[in-house]
Amino acid sequence: MTDLNNDLINKDLLNNIDPASDDACNDDFVNPVEQFLRSDRIPHIWCPGCGIGTTVNSFARALIDSKIDLGSLALVSGIGCTGRVAGYVKLDSFHTTHGRAIPFATGLKMANPKLNVVVYSGDGDLSAIGGNHLIHAARRNIDLKVICVNNLIYAMTGGQTAPTTPDHSTTSTNPYGVFEPSFNLPHLVEAAGAVYVARWTTFHVRQLSRSISEAFKKKGFSFIEVISPCPTLYQRRNKLGDGLDAMKYYKEKSKVRNGAPTSEVGMTMTGEIIVGKFVDRERPDYQTMMRAQYAESLGDRYVDQPSIQEEPVCS
Amino acid sequence: MKADPSGVLTGTHFMDGDHACCEGALAAGSRFAAGYPITPSTEVVERFAARVPTVGGAFIQMEDELAASIALQGGVWAGAKAFTVTSGPGFSLMMEHIGYAAMTETPCVFVDVQRGGPSTGLPTLPAQADMMQAKWGSHGDYEIIALCPNSPQECFDLTIKAFNLAEEFRVPVMFMMDEVVGHMTEKVVIPPADQIEVVPRKHTHKSVEDYLPYGTNGDLVPEMAHAGDGYNFHVTGLTHDERGYPNMTLPIQDQLVRRLQNKILNAVDRITMTEEEQLDGADVVVVSYGITSRVAQRAIGMARERGLRVGKLRLITAWPFPEKKIKELAAKVKAFVVPELNLGQMVREVERAAGGKAKTFAVSHAGGGVHNPEDILKVIVEASR
Repeated sequence: MTDLNNDLINKDLLNNIDPASDDACNDDFVNPVEQFLRSDRIPHIWCPGCGIGTTVNSFARALIDSKIDLGSLALVSGIGCTGRVAGYVKLDSFHTTHGRAIPFATGLKMANPKLNVVVYSGDGDLSAIGGNHLIHAARRNIDLKVICVNNLIYAMTGGQTAPTTPDHSTTSTNPYGVFEPSFNLPHLVEAAGAVYVARWTTFHVRQLSRSISEAFKKKGFSFIEVISPCPTLYQRRNKLGDGLDAMKYYKEKSKVRNGAPTSEVGMTMTGEIIVGKFVDRERPDYQTMMRAQYAESLGDRYVDQPSIQEEPVCS
Repeated sequence: MKADPSGVLTGTHFMDGDHACCEGALAAGSRFAAGYPITPSTEVVERFAARVPTVGGAFIQMEDELAASIALQGGVWAGAKAFTVTSGPGFSLMMEHIGYAAMTETPCVFVDVQRGGPSTGLPTLPAQADMMQAKWGSHGDYEIIALCPNSPQECFDLTIKAFNLAEEFRVPVMFMMDEVVGHMTEKVVIPPADQIEVVPRKHTHKSVEDYLPYGTNGDLVPEMAHAGDGYNFHVTGLTHDERGYPNMTLPIQDQLVRRLQNKILNAVDRITMTEEEQLDGADVVVVSYGITSRVAQRAIGMARERGLRVGKLRLITAWPFPEKKIKELAAKVKAFVVPELNLGQMVREVERAAGGKAKTFAVSHAGGGVHNPEDILKVIVEASR
């Protein structure tokens, strides 16, 4: 269980900031990630203590650090709490149907190979209803960057058991405790063929940002799992405290093991969380293989896909 | 605009309906399809997979129909004209994404080569029992367009039309073939590219500041942008406002859902295509579509030989239903006879539109074959009394 005495952050420091002071409200200060957000859609719908916003912050930092061309970046979400990310980022963004973010993203990438396509969704969306698409996209090694925010539960619908819910925890649909084994997502996607697999928690904001930047440099199916707190449903029902308690847990029980065999990184309710970059390998991506195959078989008859946008239309 | 000649296989061919449908898609400018194999539709994407790398496009076989029916929409938002092809069981799986396409106004084509159902039913044999599903299969209120070819030539011609309507109205178009039309081989004439009219994407030319992804003018169809164009737009299946932002208030829901309906219903006359024969002075009108229209033609001929005054109304557009046409005829004729390869689907629409002014007779068939023309004739004779 979490050690409540080990304070993560200096509460005195927080208490000493006067919201009305110049320090807190400096007109010149612009949050560097604000440019990536649809400020006209804020406030967001996420609960106090939820980790999804933290992951968006790390994602935005990665956009700055990686200097990725934002004009060619599209973000696709499925349904659920994390599915709402698409609505808050100032990018071409698609809030699709439940479980189908990956195949939608596949279509985007297939029709315009110049796009950088990010899939940003939750554990239930990606690994339960979308589980088949997850493994097949990894198998094909289609060039998508998947950020999977894993809050260990179906949160949007009120705290039902997900394929990632740890054994022995309690959910609204397993009121007497979860007895079915959970998915170890890094292991699953590695086995299916992902070229880049990492896991962090929302405590590891900088590491997460670095991993996202690294994934942008990879060509192929990249999967980054972010363990993220759900104080409202998962933690409350399991008496695991609030958002801050989750941070403490992540801080104390996370162990960085880069290159750890993914078979050893399964999650439990209160045990160690193995984080790090587990897989970073090279394998030709789907479209590279497709072009090579077409060129080999068709020779001169093969016509490569032209850029679908002839010229930028927007002025 | 005219078709891109690279995709047009100009000439006279001996071709089945599935292949002709593929050629129609290529001629219409489709350069992306996502599919999942299912009898009796697979030949469409098999041909597309072979042809498309020679014309600058791509095909992907997805892991299931759920994936195929949403991957094609990703392709559309990346700028492609895209479609998928399936049959009954796969069509059932695609329903959620027909709703998504309707809600997000994604122009695309769903080809359904109908086979006998329910469930796995008759994989290799025909039916026309997905007609109501095509209209009503996804949840919520929305409108789609559905076309029914009755020959390989029409599989070519009307596939182009399906893509054009999809673009004009930003709506998913259901291309309702059947196993017989899909597998029958006949002469198909593919004209030169400069004789094929294609409707381009209704792409916005507005500035980023002025562009409202779901803002509309008189015709109720918003202008579209593609991923990568620089508009940073948002698309969601949630009820949304003109900015594309989720807005789940009653006025916005009312405004959006009514617009999705009205953009089609206001244009029924423009969308409706029928084939008519001897409707003036007819006592009985046979209303049919797809392969059944060709069987009915024989029955109509036999009835005329007996001196009966029989008109023909073939529905090329099944949805939106040409209600006005039926209403007008109902005031003049004794009865409608509606043969179809199902236990009574479009006949309900005919009966509803006739509003009791003329009798309506179904000639049902459970699927697995086509009608015996004698069976249709019997009903025509009965209806003429």
